[in-house]
Amino acid sequence: MSTFVFPESIKSRPTYGKLQNKFGKAYLFIADAEGAEAIIELASKDPALMQKAHVVYIPKDTGDQFLKDLNNLNINQLYIGPSYSAAQSRIIQAFEQASMGLQVCLSGTEGLIGQALRDAMAAGIPHTSIQTEHRGSVSRRMQCVHCKGITEDVISDPFVCSHCGLNLFVRDHYSRRLAAFQGVCIDAEDPGNIPDSVELYK
Amino acid sequence: MTIQFKDETFRDDYTFKNSEWAVKRFPFPFHEDSYMYSVNMEQHKGGPEGSIYEKRFDVDEHYISEMRDRSEVLKDDPLRCQSLPHMTLAGWDLLELIMISKSEDYPDLFELHRNGNNWRWINKPMQIDHSFTFLDDATLPYGPMEYITRQTQGDFVILDQRESNLWMDAGMVTTQADWSLDFDIGMNFFEWHAPVPKAHEMGIFTRALKFLLNIQQGAPARRLNWTMTVNPLLDTSPENYHKWGVQKGTLNPKNIGEKQYLRVELQTFFRLPRSNALVFPIRCYLASFDDLMTVPKWGRRLHRVIRDLPEELATYKGFIDNRPMMLDYLSQYDDGKPTSDGIWPDLQTEPARD
Repeated sequence: MSTFVFPESIKSRPTYGKLQNKFGKAYLFIADAEGAEAIIELASKDPALMQKAHVVYIPKDTGDQFLKDLNNLNINQLYIGPSYSAAQSRIIQAFEQASMGLQVCLSGTEGLIGQALRDAMAAGIPHTSIQTEHRGSVSRRMQCVHCKGITEDVISDPFVCSHCGLNLFVRDHYSRRLAAFQGVCIDAEDPGNIPDSVELYK
Repeated sequence: MTIQFKDETFRDDYTFKNSEWAVKRFPFPFHEDSYMYSVNMEQHKGGPEGSIYEKRFDVDEHYISEMRDRSEVLKDDPLRCQSLPHMTLAGWDLLELIMISKSEDYPDLFELHRNGNNWRWINKPMQIDHSFTFLDDATLPYGPMEYITRQTQGDFVILDQRESNLWMDAGMVTTQADWSLDFDIGMNFFEWHAPVPKAHEMGIFTRALKFLLNIQQGAPARRLNWTMTVNPLLDTSPENYHKWGVQKGTLNPKNIGEKQYLRVELQTFFRLPRSNALVFPIRCYLASFDDLMTVPKWGRRLHRVIRDLPEELATYKGFIDNRPMMLDYLSQYDDGKPTSDGIWPDLQTEPARD
């Protein structure tokens, strides 16, 4: 099962729901990895919905695990891409061309959901109108508060900033505008004193 | 009195010093011998003569040096000043509020001459004499918020009001107690306060927000907040934490009196007229433990407050490791005598009655 119950946290930390088949004139699904399962589940409840759907899917390390099922859903427009940044310009175009009645549904990792939410907000779609469902890895998209560089798919705490090399601890403080959690130097007060890295939520 | 502006630094060699005048008017933040969060708001309509509450935007002996430090911070990291696109009008509102307040409150230091939208602003301490067109961005060297806050002590955050919430949509933040404008910009009131322990559960933020949403034009409010900083470092930003964090380890029983600073924020809140935004100036005052111990009441009280502060708060405020050393120092100044109510030094009633 690819679902995870996040423990209660601070108020800036995003929370996620479950995709519902709300009525819409059109549907835009953006998903990565196990996020495909959320789409497949929704389609099993309401197969007709997929004929009004545009799906942008980034398999990441799930490879072709979900591709056959997705291909069998009779999705009106299905795009499968290698990464969020590769897909980003078409995602932004889809948001900008959205008309009233479009349902936006995001599923998968926090990094995917956060980035799509950020791009939707930039196109003027209120984040509160967007459905989200977390699936798969609990890895995070982290911003280094020091150098501002983003490290994708962080799964352990502390971790090394992929830009400046500082050892950062993983905070729950989250910026929707940056689509990232905050990483802060862990050994600032006692340089070199870096605890062993542990997997998030383990 | 005429203010004697100092030439001093808040970094590297740390030549910052308070005069005796500055110590006596220091906003000691504890009105009783203990501390817990509260919505400690009051109206900001002046205060005792010479106190930091007297003027709308207090100017003190550190003005010129603080402005120099701000420009250094901005050179290193221009993201400390940001304004989302819809906040420009609020920036003009702020510029107007500060220019009018300072020229009225300090006529010997600042002048504002207005002829319709043709304005002339004279800032004598900073040797600025500038004519511009009000509400015309092209006539200023920076955006209006940045222009005026490069000339005004304290951090500034401008909060947009919508959906019964406040949104941190613009700010000039170079003297902050370890929070990042670049990270928090765009967040609402609950989101940017998310990392503060305990206060959410206590309902503090719900009540504070309710109060702030109702602040009216011409009726500003204020409160004090506080934390601890080693060395008189204004820029305790998370951005530079990997550089300044190590300074906490340089305290020892010999130097703690001069190196450990109580950092107090005078937070004020003004409604802005055109944008209906709320401006939130956060003015930082620093006083070393040695400075504070010259006021016997503050010595007694600071010891009791720091001793009894819940561990969670001492951790959040970043001094849990140094607390035992602080208490060794502070206890020398606590003779057990009672203290008078309120924050003022009350030197004339010393020694306190048993």
